Amino acid sequence: MDQRRQDLLRIMELEFTAIDLNLFLDTHPQDQRALADYNAVAQELMRARMTYESRYGPLLNYGLSPSADTWRWIEEPWPWEITFDRED
Amino acid sequence: MWVYEKILEYPIRVSGPNPRLAKDIITQYGGPDGELAASLRYLTQRYSMPIPQAKGVLTDIGTEELAHMEVVASLVYNLIKDASIDEIIRAGLDAYYADHDRALYFVNAAGAPWTATYIQSKGDPIADIHEDMAAEQKARATYEYLIQLSDDPGVTDALRFLREREVVHFQRFGETLNLLHEHMERRRVFY
Ligand SMILES: [Fe+2]
Repeated sequence: MDQRRQDLLRIMELEFTAIDLNLFLDTHPQDQRALADYNAVAQELMRARMTYESRYGPLLNYGLSPSADTWRWIEEPWPWEITFDRED
Repeated sequence: MWVYEKILEYPIRVSGPNPRLAKDIITQYGGPDGELAASLRYLTQRYSMPIPQAKGVLTDIGTEELAHMEVVASLVYNLIKDASIDEIIRAGLDAYYADHDRALYFVNAAGAPWTATYIQSKGDPIADIHEDMAAEQKARATYEYLIQLSDDPGVTDALRFLREREVVHFQRFGETLNLLHEHMERRRVFY
Protein backbone atom coordinates (compact mmCIF):
# COMPACT_ATOMS: atom_id res chain seq x y z
CA MET A 1 0.00 0.00 0.00
CA ASP A 2 1.28 3.47 -0.82
CA GLN A 3 2.12 6.09 1.80
CA ARG A 4 -1.01 8.11 1.13
CA ARG A 5 -3.33 5.19 1.76
CA GLN A 6 -1.40 4.24 4.89
CA ASP A 7 -1.78 7.80 6.17
CA LEU A 8 -5.51 7.76 5.32
CA LEU A 9 -5.99 4.47 7.18
CA ARG A 10 -4.32 5.94 10.26
CA ILE A 11 -6.61 9.00 10.18
CA MET A 12 -9.65 6.76 9.66
CA GLU A 13 -8.66 4.70 12.70
CA LEU A 14 -8.21 7.76 14.90
CA GLU A 15 -11.34 9.45 13.63
CA PHE A 16 -13.39 6.31 14.18
CA THR A 17 -12.21 6.21 17.80
CA ALA A 18 -13.14 9.88 18.16
CA ILE A 19 -16.61 9.34 16.64
CA ASP A 20 -17.35 6.38 18.87
CA LEU A 21 -16.18 8.18 22.03
CA ASN A 22 -18.14 11.26 20.98
CA LEU A 23 -21.40 9.30 20.75
CA PHE A 24 -20.66 7.58 24.07
CA LEU A 25 -19.99 10.93 25.75
CA ASP A 26 -23.27 12.33 24.43
CA THR A 27 -25.13 9.96 26.74
CA HIS A 28 -22.37 9.71 29.41
CA PRO A 29 -21.13 13.31 29.71
CA GLN A 30 -19.80 12.71 33.24
CA ASP A 31 -17.52 9.81 32.28
CA GLN A 32 -14.03 11.18 33.01
CA ARG A 33 -12.16 8.23 31.50
CA ALA A 34 -14.02 8.49 28.20
CA LEU A 35 -13.40 12.23 28.22
CA ALA A 36 -9.66 11.73 28.74
CA ASP A 37 -9.58 9.17 25.91
CA TYR A 38 -11.50 11.55 23.66
CA ASN A 39 -9.10 14.41 24.30
CA ALA A 40 -6.08 12.16 23.76
CA VAL A 41 -7.37 10.87 20.43
CA ALA A 42 -8.40 14.40 19.37
CA GLN A 43 -4.77 15.52 19.88
CA GLU A 44 -3.36 12.61 17.92
CA LEU A 45 -5.94 13.07 15.16
CA MET A 46 -5.01 16.73 14.82
CA ARG A 47 -1.34 15.79 14.42
CA ALA A 48 -2.13 13.06 11.85
CA ARG A 49 -4.31 15.48 9.87
CA MET A 50 -1.58 18.13 9.81
CA THR A 51 0.99 15.63 8.52
CA TYR A 52 -1.39 14.37 5.84
CA GLU A 53 -2.40 17.88 4.78
CA SER A 54 1.23 18.99 4.39
CA ARG A 55 1.67 16.16 1.87
CA TYR A 56 -1.64 15.89 0.03
CA GLY A 57 -3.59 19.10 0.63
CA PRO A 58 -6.49 20.02 2.92
CA LEU A 59 -8.82 17.46 4.46
CA LEU A 60 -11.13 20.24 5.64
CA ASN A 61 -12.43 23.33 3.84
CA TYR A 62 -14.31 26.49 4.82
CA GLY A 63 -11.29 27.90 6.60
CA LEU A 64 -10.62 24.96 8.90
CA SER A 65 -7.44 24.04 7.04
CA PRO A 66 -5.13 26.49 5.27
CA SER A 67 -4.17 25.96 1.63
CA ALA A 68 -0.64 27.27 1.21
CA ASP A 69 0.49 28.66 -2.18
CA THR A 70 -2.18 27.05 -4.34
CA TRP A 71 -5.84 26.04 -3.93
CA ARG A 72 -5.40 22.31 -3.38
CA TRP A 73 -8.90 21.57 -2.05
CA ILE A 74 -10.29 20.48 -5.44
CA GLU A 75 -7.38 18.20 -6.28
CA GLU A 76 -8.28 14.64 -7.17
CA PRO A 77 -8.68 11.96 -6.01
CA TRP A 78 -11.84 12.59 -4.02
CA PRO A 79 -12.71 10.08 -1.28
CA TRP A 80 -14.92 7.84 -3.43
CA GLU A 81 -12.10 7.56 -5.97
CA ILE A 82 -9.69 5.99 -3.48
CA THR A 83 -10.04 2.24 -3.01
CA PHE A 84 -7.84 0.01 -0.89
CA ASP A 85 -6.44 -3.26 -2.22
CA ARG A 86 -7.67 -6.47 -0.67
CA GLU A 87 -4.25 -7.41 0.78
CA ASP A 88 -4.08 -4.10 2.64
CA MET B 1 -23.31 24.52 9.84
CA TRP B 2 -21.69 21.43 8.40
CA VAL B 3 -18.14 20.89 7.23
CA TYR B 4 -17.05 18.28 4.69
CA GLU B 5 -14.00 16.18 5.46
CA LYS B 6 -12.26 14.81 2.38
CA ILE B 7 -11.96 11.24 3.64
CA LEU B 8 -14.31 8.26 3.94
CA GLU B 9 -15.25 7.03 7.41
CA TYR B 10 -14.18 3.51 6.40
CA PRO B 11 -11.80 2.31 3.65
CA ILE B 12 -13.52 0.57 0.73
CA ARG B 13 -12.23 -2.41 -1.22
CA VAL B 14 -13.98 -3.53 -4.40
CA SER B 15 -12.82 -6.60 -6.39
CA GLY B 16 -14.26 -5.46 -9.73
CA PRO B 17 -17.42 -4.47 -11.61
CA ASN B 18 -20.47 -6.05 -10.00
CA PRO B 19 -23.69 -4.28 -11.05
CA ARG B 20 -25.83 -7.04 -9.50
CA LEU B 21 -24.40 -6.30 -6.05
CA ALA B 22 -24.64 -2.53 -6.68
CA LYS B 23 -28.34 -2.94 -7.46
CA ASP B 24 -28.88 -4.53 -4.03
CA ILE B 25 -26.62 -2.25 -2.00
CA ILE B 26 -28.14 0.95 -3.41
CA THR B 27 -31.10 0.36 -1.11
CA GLN B 28 -28.89 1.53 1.77
CA TYR B 29 -28.41 4.76 -0.19
CA GLY B 30 -32.03 5.58 -1.01
CA GLY B 31 -34.18 2.78 0.41
CA PRO B 32 -36.61 2.81 3.36
CA ASP B 33 -34.00 1.76 5.94
CA GLY B 34 -31.05 3.38 4.19
CA GLU B 35 -28.57 6.00 5.29
CA LEU B 36 -30.29 9.02 3.70
CA ALA B 37 -33.50 8.21 5.56
CA ALA B 38 -31.57 7.65 8.80
CA SER B 39 -29.62 10.88 8.52
CA LEU B 40 -32.58 13.08 7.60
CA ARG B 41 -34.80 11.47 10.25
CA TYR B 42 -32.37 12.23 13.07
CA LEU B 43 -31.34 15.65 11.84
CA THR B 44 -34.96 16.80 11.64
CA GLN B 45 -36.12 15.21 14.92
CA ARG B 46 -33.43 16.95 16.97
CA TYR B 47 -35.15 20.37 16.99
CA SER B 48 -37.96 19.25 19.27
CA MET B 49 -35.83 17.27 21.76
CA PRO B 50 -36.15 18.52 25.36
CA ILE B 51 -32.75 17.44 26.78
CA PRO B 52 -29.18 18.22 25.67
CA GLN B 53 -28.13 14.57 25.44
CA ALA B 54 -30.90 13.88 22.91
CA LYS B 55 -30.01 16.96 20.84
CA GLY B 56 -26.38 15.83 20.82
CA VAL B 57 -27.07 12.20 19.98
CA LEU B 58 -29.42 13.06 17.09
CA THR B 59 -27.04 15.66 15.68
CA ASP B 60 -24.01 13.38 15.90
CA ILE B 61 -25.61 10.13 14.75
CA GLY B 62 -27.41 12.03 11.98
CA THR B 63 -24.03 13.35 10.88
CA GLU B 64 -22.38 9.92 11.06
CA GLU B 65 -25.20 8.53 8.88
CA LEU B 66 -24.23 11.10 6.21
CA ALA B 67 -20.74 9.61 6.31
CA HIS B 68 -22.27 6.13 5.94
CA MET B 69 -24.30 7.38 2.98
CA GLU B 70 -21.01 8.37 1.38
CA VAL B 71 -19.46 4.94 2.06
CA VAL B 72 -22.48 3.21 0.47
CA ALA B 73 -22.38 5.60 -2.50
CA SER B 74 -18.66 4.93 -2.94
CA LEU B 75 -19.27 1.17 -2.98
CA VAL B 76 -22.04 1.51 -5.60
CA TYR B 77 -19.96 3.95 -7.65
CA ASN B 78 -16.99 1.58 -7.76
CA LEU B 79 -19.15 -1.49 -8.44
CA ILE B 80 -20.74 0.04 -11.56
CA LYS B 81 -18.21 2.51 -12.94
CA ASP B 82 -16.43 -0.04 -15.16
CA ALA B 83 -19.38 -2.33 -15.79
CA SER B 84 -20.13 -2.96 -19.48
CA ILE B 85 -23.62 -2.48 -20.93
CA ASP B 86 -23.77 -6.25 -21.26
CA GLU B 87 -23.01 -6.76 -17.57
CA ILE B 88 -25.53 -4.07 -16.65
CA ILE B 89 -28.27 -5.77 -18.68
CA ARG B 90 -27.46 -9.21 -17.29
CA ALA B 91 -27.55 -7.80 -13.73
CA GLY B 92 -30.98 -6.30 -14.32
CA LEU B 93 -29.64 -2.80 -13.81
CA ASP B 94 -30.71 -1.73 -17.31
CA ALA B 95 -33.90 0.01 -16.12
CA TYR B 96 -31.81 2.08 -13.70
CA TYR B 97 -29.27 2.75 -16.46
CA ALA B 98 -32.02 4.08 -18.73
CA ASP B 99 -32.77 6.84 -16.25
CA HIS B 100 -29.42 7.43 -14.54
CA ASP B 101 -26.55 5.92 -16.56
CA ARG B 102 -23.93 5.09 -13.89
CA ALA B 103 -24.83 8.07 -11.71
CA LEU B 104 -25.94 7.79 -8.09
CA TYR B 105 -29.65 8.23 -7.39
CA PHE B 106 -31.74 7.63 -4.28
CA VAL B 107 -33.68 4.43 -4.94
CA ASN B 108 -34.35 1.17 -3.13
CA ALA B 109 -33.22 -2.21 -4.48
CA ALA B 110 -36.34 -2.44 -6.66
CA GLY B 111 -35.81 1.05 -8.14
CA ALA B 112 -38.47 2.97 -6.17
CA PRO B 113 -37.31 6.54 -5.44
CA TRP B 114 -36.67 7.79 -1.91
CA THR B 115 -39.63 9.40 -0.21
CA ALA B 116 -40.04 11.46 2.96
CA THR B 117 -42.81 9.05 3.94
CA TYR B 118 -40.02 6.66 4.98
CA ILE B 119 -39.44 8.84 8.04
CA GLN B 120 -41.43 10.53 10.76
CA SER B 121 -40.85 13.47 13.07
CA LYS B 122 -43.61 13.20 15.65
CA GLY B 123 -42.63 15.87 18.14
CA ASP B 124 -43.18 13.44 20.99
CA PRO B 125 -39.60 12.62 22.07
CA ILE B 126 -40.48 9.15 23.37
CA ALA B 127 -42.22 8.26 20.11
CA ASP B 128 -39.36 9.68 18.03
CA ILE B 129 -36.59 7.83 19.88
CA HIS B 130 -38.59 4.59 19.69
CA GLU B 131 -38.82 5.11 15.92
CA ASP B 132 -35.05 5.67 15.81
CA MET B 133 -34.34 2.46 17.72
CA ALA B 134 -36.58 0.54 15.33
CA ALA B 135 -34.85 2.24 12.38
CA GLU B 136 -31.44 1.08 13.65
CA GLN B 137 -32.69 -2.51 13.94
CA LYS B 138 -34.16 -2.39 10.43
CA ALA B 139 -30.89 -1.01 9.05
CA ARG B 140 -28.95 -3.75 10.89
CA ALA B 141 -31.25 -6.41 9.40
CA THR B 142 -30.84 -4.92 5.90
CA TYR B 143 -27.05 -5.04 6.22
CA GLU B 144 -27.32 -8.70 7.24
CA TYR B 145 -29.38 -9.47 4.12
CA LEU B 146 -26.86 -7.58 1.99
CA ILE B 147 -23.97 -9.52 3.57
CA GLN B 148 -25.78 -12.74 2.56
CA LEU B 149 -26.17 -11.36 -0.97
CA SER B 150 -22.56 -10.20 -1.29
CA ASP B 151 -20.04 -12.22 -3.33
CA ASP B 152 -17.26 -9.64 -2.93
CA PRO B 153 -15.25 -10.05 0.32
CA GLY B 154 -14.10 -6.41 0.25
CA VAL B 155 -17.67 -5.16 0.01
CA THR B 156 -18.75 -7.59 2.73
CA ASP B 157 -16.11 -6.10 5.02
CA ALA B 158 -17.55 -2.58 4.59
CA LEU B 159 -21.10 -3.91 5.07
CA ARG B 160 -20.01 -5.54 8.35
CA PHE B 161 -18.61 -2.23 9.56
CA LEU B 162 -21.84 -0.43 8.67
CA ARG B 163 -23.90 -3.15 10.36
CA GLU B 164 -21.86 -2.81 13.54
CA ARG B 165 -22.45 0.95 13.64
CA GLU B 166 -26.23 0.38 13.63
CA VAL B 167 -25.81 -1.78 16.73
CA VAL B 168 -23.89 1.04 18.46
CA HIS B 169 -26.46 3.63 17.38
CA PHE B 170 -29.26 1.46 18.78
CA GLN B 171 -27.40 1.34 22.09
CA ARG B 172 -26.97 5.13 22.24
CA PHE B 173 -30.65 5.70 21.39
CA GLY B 174 -31.63 3.24 24.13
CA GLU B 175 -29.62 5.29 26.63
CA THR B 176 -31.23 8.46 25.28
CA LEU B 177 -34.67 6.93 25.84
CA ASN B 178 -33.80 6.23 29.49
CA LEU B 179 -32.54 9.78 29.94
CA LEU B 180 -35.79 11.12 28.43
CA HIS B 181 -37.87 9.00 30.82
CA GLU B 182 -35.86 10.32 33.78
CA HIS B 183 -36.29 13.87 32.55
CA MET B 184 -40.04 13.50 32.13
CA GLU B 185 -40.47 11.88 35.53
CA ARG B 186 -38.67 14.79 37.11
CA ARG B 187 -41.06 17.13 35.36
CA ARG B 188 -43.97 14.91 36.42
CA VAL B 189 -45.16 14.59 32.88
CA PHE B 190 -47.25 11.54 32.11
CA TYR B 191 -46.41 9.35 29.17
FE1 LIG C 1 -27.36 4.11 12.25
